[in-house]
Amino acid sequence: MSNTPEELKYASSHEWARLDGDIVTVGISDHAQEALGDLVYVELPSVGDSVQAGDEAGVVESVKAASDIYAPVSGEIVEINEALADTPEIVNSAPYTEGWLYRIRISDVSELDKLLSADEYAAQAH
Amino acid sequence: MPFIPHTRGDVRRMLDTLNDGAGADSLDTLFDEIPAAIRCQPLTGVPDGLSEMDVTRLMRERSEQDAGALCFIGAGAYEHHIPAAVWDLASRGEFLTAYTPYQAEASQGTLQVIYEFQSMMAHLTAMDASNASVYDGASGLSEAVLMAIRANKKSKSRRILMPRTVSPLYRSAVKAIVEGQDIELVELDYHRQGGHIDPASLKAYEGEDFAALVIPQPNFFGVLEEVDLLTDWAHAQGILVIGCVNPLALTLFAPPGDWGTTGADIVVGEAQPFGIPLSSGGPYCGFMCCKMEFIRQMPGRIIGRTVDLEGKPGFALTLQAREQHIRRAKATSNICTNQGLAMTASTIYLSLLGAEGLERVALASHKNIRELAQATSKSGSVSRLFNRPVFHEKVLGLPVPVAPVLASMATQGVLGGFDLSADYPELGNALLVCTTETKNAHDIQRYADALAHALRSE
Repeated sequence: MSNTPEELKYASSHEWARLDGDIVTVGISDHAQEALGDLVYVELPSVGDSVQAGDEAGVVESVKAASDIYAPVSGEIVEINEALADTPEIVNSAPYTEGWLYRIRISDVSELDKLLSADEYAAQAH
Repeated sequence: MPFIPHTRGDVRRMLDTLNDGAGADSLDTLFDEIPAAIRCQPLTGVPDGLSEMDVTRLMRERSEQDAGALCFIGAGAYEHHIPAAVWDLASRGEFLTAYTPYQAEASQGTLQVIYEFQSMMAHLTAMDASNASVYDGASGLSEAVLMAIRANKKSKSRRILMPRTVSPLYRSAVKAIVEGQDIELVELDYHRQGGHIDPASLKAYEGEDFAALVIPQPNFFGVLEEVDLLTDWAHAQGILVIGCVNPLALTLFAPPGDWGTTGADIVVGEAQPFGIPLSSGGPYCGFMCCKMEFIRQMPGRIIGRTVDLEGKPGFALTLQAREQHIRRAKATSNICTNQGLAMTASTIYLSLLGAEGLERVALASHKNIRELAQATSKSGSVSRLFNRPVFHEKVLGLPVPVAPVLASMATQGVLGGFDLSADYPELGNALLVCTTETKNAHDIQRYADALAHALRSE
């Protein structure tokens, strides 16, 4: 049974988002990392890139698949998780904490309302 | 799994289910929404089939046109001596397939050959990684252009600096492959006296956004480019460097991984000089190498060395998430095969000659072009167009048009070179000539005599 923390928002494409001030941290859900299997590589956008909600921003690659990551909200990429370059497996072991992918300075906070709640996402994912 | 109907009964039953049960008359009606103008027309230019007997006769007649002549044509395809062992081994049933096998458990021998090929190409080019080969040098360059556009994250443009000193055949193949993908090939002119890319001419492009610069070495004229200056200039501008090289020349000159302070990023070329016969133009074998940081953008198969459950070494396809059977439409390329047989021949050739043998082949080829240039200059009316150093090809300037001279030489049993006047009209009556280690002093004298004779009769 995969874990879906209550305090996060989710995209139906399996990203999660957490708001701190105007910064949204983005990762992939426990369900997504489980479905992908052991990650071997994570391609992240560049700091300074501006993204629209729904844009492709990054790729996660496991031994059996490679999947695009979609930006859950619009804004500018302000930080990427450098640790993933050498240790992509932390996305598997800690998808909601050390395994975050990147941070976006959100341009319109109301976009978060369009994302799913933990219950809604859990209902969709299972 | 989808079921594809293929008997007439299957097709009829499938058609009956269409249009909400109303059915469709024929398969053709399924294509109605595609405008007639872009649908495949009958192939009127293609003749009817021939019997095996007729094909054999036609091929024999064609092959006789090549047989016996002394060949001094290079221009991208080179006649080198091929030790008999190369094709004796490469034609063994175990090797005789163009495909890269998926099943590691059944294909260790073939996978190891490819791994050896990759290791040798990476070593020759001084790059980190190599793929299992691509169709030929020209498709390799096209793939390198596409790869550079994906790999250069700093560049927002889809523009490539493409020098005119790159083979016109390669440039036309690249154009055909990338033009429909909204990629702009910006032509870079060459120095008229040197026959090379003048590094000073790059000033004009400073501040412009390009994804990559292509650097040929040696270039289509046989001339050596200023690879260090060009590479450093490109990297200072945030432009990636694609080396397009004759791998044989790398035994004498700096390999692309050592160009400038940072080295080329992607290296492609034609492995044909390594054990693959001219065969009227193909099949050949392209190679493709890159720096490790770009390996996930590389197309094609890559074989890796690993260990099995018992810790014994073995070989397997690696980094497959780049490829179309996994990434589908977003794969790095739709090249999912390689030139297995030609690649096997090249690997055996390289193993037989070794580093020292290769260097001797390259040196002999270079020495011969110097002798040919001397022998032809005695007539007085033949000039040397460019004043920069060359590998094993040289551009001669003739006092009269090239085509009839070549025709006259051919009647004397000498294929005199490649006529540059169609692709480079500004050079006048320019002839590109090549020598490899297969030519001796007598052959070179025959060339000079045939040329002098042809010029006298013009």
